[in-house]
Amino acid sequence: MSETKSILGSSPLRKEGRPKVLGAAQYIDDLTLPGMWHGATVRSTIARGTIRSITFAPHINWSEYAIVRASDIPGENAIVHLPKDHPCLAAREINHVAEPILLLAHPEKSALLAAKAAIHIDYDELPGIFNIEASEAAVAAFINDPNDTDNIIWPGSSEGGTPNCFKNYQMYTGEAAPTESALVEAFEAADFIVEGEYTTGAQEQLYIEPNGVIAECDLDPVTGHVRGVTVRGSMQCPYYLVHALTLVFNLPEEKCRVIQVETGGAFGGKEDFPSVIGSHAALLAMKSGHPVKIIYDRGEDMAATTKRHPSRTRLRTAVSRDGKLLGGTIDVAIDGGAYATLSPVVLSRATIHAPGPYKWPHLRVRSKAMATNIPPHGAFRGFGAPQSLFALERHMDKIAYTIGFTPEEFRRRNFLSTGDHTATGQPLVEPVDMHHLLTRALADSGYHAKRAAFAESNQHSRIKRGVGFAAFMHGTGFTGSGERRLNSLVHLDILADGRPQVLVSSTEFGQGTNTILCQVAAEALHLPYDDILIHEVDTAAVPNSGPTVASRTAMIVGKLVERAANEVLATLRTQAALPTPHTREQFIAAAQRHHAQQGFLRASVRYEPPAKIFWDDDLYRGDAYPGYAWAVYVAEVAVDLNTYQVQVTRFDALQEVGRVLHPILAKGQIEGGIAQGIGYALYEKCVYKDGHLMNNQMTNYIMPTSADLPDIHVTFEEVPSLHGPGGAKGIGELPMDGPAPAILNAIENATGIGFNSIPLLPEDVYERLTSLTARPHGGAEDLNPVVDQATRTESPEVNA
Amino acid sequence: MHSDPTQFALIAPATLSEALALLSNGRHTPIAGGTELMVALAAGRLQQKSLVSINHLPELRFIQTTPTAITLGANTTFTDIRRNPTIAAELPLLTLAASWTGSIANQNRATLGGNICNASPAADTPPALLVYDAAVTLISANPETRELVERTFPYAEFHLAYKRTLLHPGELLHSVTIPLPTPAHHHFIRKVGTRNAQAISKTALAAIATVGDHHTLTEVRLAAASLADRPVRLYTTEAALLNASLAAADITTTVLRARAALASESCPIDDIRSTAAYRTAVAANLLEQFLRTLPA
Repeated sequence: MSETKSILGSSPLRKEGRPKVLGAAQYIDDLTLPGMWHGATVRSTIARGTIRSITFAPHINWSEYAIVRASDIPGENAIVHLPKDHPCLAAREINHVAEPILLLAHPEKSALLAAKAAIHIDYDELPGIFNIEASEAAVAAFINDPNDTDNIIWPGSSEGGTPNCFKNYQMYTGEAAPTESALVEAFEAADFIVEGEYTTGAQEQLYIEPNGVIAECDLDPVTGHVRGVTVRGSMQCPYYLVHALTLVFNLPEEKCRVIQVETGGAFGGKEDFPSVIGSHAALLAMKSGHPVKIIYDRGEDMAATTKRHPSRTRLRTAVSRDGKLLGGTIDVAIDGGAYATLSPVVLSRATIHAPGPYKWPHLRVRSKAMATNIPPHGAFRGFGAPQSLFALERHMDKIAYTIGFTPEEFRRRNFLSTGDHTATGQPLVEPVDMHHLLTRALADSGYHAKRAAFAESNQHSRIKRGVGFAAFMHGTGFTGSGERRLNSLVHLDILADGRPQVLVSSTEFGQGTNTILCQVAAEALHLPYDDILIHEVDTAAVPNSGPTVASRTAMIVGKLVERAANEVLATLRTQAALPTPHTREQFIAAAQRHHAQQGFLRASVRYEPPAKIFWDDDLYRGDAYPGYAWAVYVAEVAVDLNTYQVQVTRFDALQEVGRVLHPILAKGQIEGGIAQGIGYALYEKCVYKDGHLMNNQMTNYIMPTSADLPDIHVTFEEVPSLHGPGGAKGIGELPMDGPAPAILNAIENATGIGFNSIPLLPEDVYERLTSLTARPHGGAEDLNPVVDQATRTESPEVNA
Repeated sequence: MHSDPTQFALIAPATLSEALALLSNGRHTPIAGGTELMVALAAGRLQQKSLVSINHLPELRFIQTTPTAITLGANTTFTDIRRNPTIAAELPLLTLAASWTGSIANQNRATLGGNICNASPAADTPPALLVYDAAVTLISANPETRELVERTFPYAEFHLAYKRTLLHPGELLHSVTIPLPTPAHHHFIRKVGTRNAQAISKTALAAIATVGDHHTLTEVRLAAASLADRPVRLYTTEAALLNASLAAADITTTVLRARAALASESCPIDDIRSTAAYRTAVAANLLEQFLRTLPA
């Protein structure tokens, strides 16, 4: 083989970078189809109730409009998920504010405004359930009296779930019964029992480009029946939309074509939601007989589409005097919103990540996703892990302070390492070295020196400085048996001119899919990066390589591209006399030769689970993920006691993500995730009133600007993994998990006060500080969390 | 876009006198940089359907300096203010306040006149203008005679209530005149917004003061954003501080008295950006910060 510079690990230009930079890239709102109409959505203004009547004011000429209601849907009135609880259009019952009821289309976009204003909907309104506690209270009332169903807003389904609870899991470190007994003994034997409750808020993805699609419908001119639909749009998962369309239109998969166009950011917010807006536009195309474009503006996008699940996590931990975790129980609850959607899957990741990178001799994790009358919460970078890892990494600091250890030393006594088993019983076969990551991260960030210096300077300053860190991991790919079920397929074609073309349904939305997959193919084929083409994501042409989610593209899809490339090489060597090693010219000559003699060459490769991977969905035990990325993040903060504002003044992020495929894109991913994590911790708050999002605009939903962000120092440890192409693992979601707990740990270091809820706004800091001053006796423990080591501590506020 | 642009009319007269003549019937709304009204239009909140653009009128865009005062035309943009070296040297609080507003693109379009006439209690420039004792000149054309009518008031009297000002229908803000402070004046301003850029104030405090021979405050003017339904001078707190001592032995008493006075005249609200309690507490902290940085 010729000795050339590796393409993996270099940073070539983005495949689609040039048109993006030159402004030539065409996003969905740049596109117009002949005869295209514009669509709009008429939404509920109440959170819960039933529709009594819909009135169309007579001053509008309604014959100019296409109007779609639930009864017009040719197939099922459902957006596809496991339970079919989520209607495409509300027919009678309303379960959240901004629930779609009617769709309108008109040739002139401006004509939609007046029409929307001329539709009056009367409701019989019911009191709404707006948080986890209210939903739990309704369940308690129902259990107490089965006739009390007043506040049961979700009944359960044949696909699982119980009243008001979409899904629950129980995960044990072993068999259930013996683990329960061992936990009783662990708490008996513990020198310390430390409890805590931690909450996180909703968060908006805030992709730059709001959701938008254009749909076309092929109608039989004789019968008027729908023969097929085509939807173009901004999205992550075209085959999810194909699946949704098959249900709504009662069509076979091959009649539902989806094309992803250039997508301006997604972050999970375009994972399942395009199934809704895509179905809506296709229904309007059916009704109007024209292509129909629907583009949400920012206000509608923020009010009506998915956000990160709010959560509440309670930990109860048994700890020995020498700093060992003896056992624990973790109870995770997330607010799923009005319909099940992806909540069971988000909950799964929250559950499996709840134990963190630690050895738990005995652990029980119980989790549940509760129904509320809020628009359904959905996928957002991290997908449940940021919630439970926030709780865990705050709690680890709490334990350390309570038992008189440093946060560093306590974690060191409990870290998982190579050969250990995770809480699900997965053996860590590939090397894991959390000790080294921690040592390096603390050294790189100057953690110890800063802790000492700030302890001194804080005595004389109204600006209190502190440092804190979080240690965590993120599983790559679908959970458990998920990848096996996805059964992903990729093609690698050799075109007539000898150039290779990658065909996948994995989408580019800013994170670098096109670029890294072409790098993988170039490396495996020993060709220049510029020679590799990647096909537009059009389901009429590309195979289903699975959704572009779960940090799976680099590791799982990348590996399939690598295998396909190796297959192509093997074919050309045996059938077209390609020499080993080969030059670019020899490859092209061999490819053209093959094309001339044997026709079109395509390698198709399907996912094959590593033989050893085992997962039990019922017991929730086994190999949860094919691989994990590991990280230690260090935050430095300044808390200004004049304004109660917290500023992150420096951030250090060290991670082990396997082989880094594209250092510039990887660093960008980490920096962006940390910026989102800082927003999650300190700025971004969804303010709801009676189920309405009150701050659905960017002036009042406060995301941090570049002026609010610190220097972010990103470093990698590169330990190649067996599972990914060239040794890569997943990277996309990891940086969302660590910032919030690291920042709140730093705030505790700065102020002596442990805050356990995010977002933590200046008003919250102010309230806490003034309540401590007003009630000095009640707050003493808060100010100094280190208590007598000989005393068992139990915080009274928690009922497990 | 929650408005239909075809439902709005915009007239762009060639001169100021034509603009005043048009406006004199009181049926049109003037629009300058549009950074407020265009947002309202997009959100479907713009009630005024007939707009008269004054954005391009050079008669309203000037910065005039005399030995005793600086006069800024109503069309002076935030960028104009930020780039003017005389303002930066003589009225540093105004330069700072202008630097906070919106984005660079906003600052290129948004005008001082718009910032004042929009009359938001959270606006950035009013606290600085209030402590600098600015005066406002208003102009209009008599609807019958077309005769030019000019009125001048202390800016502190301009804001009457929430979003209500001295402006009559048909009247325009012509200019703002600011007397130059002396070299002995100490200047202070701090904004506490929802973030460090592109933010609306939760509160802001501007102050200027002189300190006499015996460590006493011989002159003090204070003004705040978002502590009331309009931008306010803090007269009660000023009275409490006048002639107060900053000497080491007295500073704590002076600070406490000032904080109490400020709390007594502060009447902020709970809203989507913050809470009343937080606003009052932070404004008091800023006042204390100012007092403690004055030379004792």
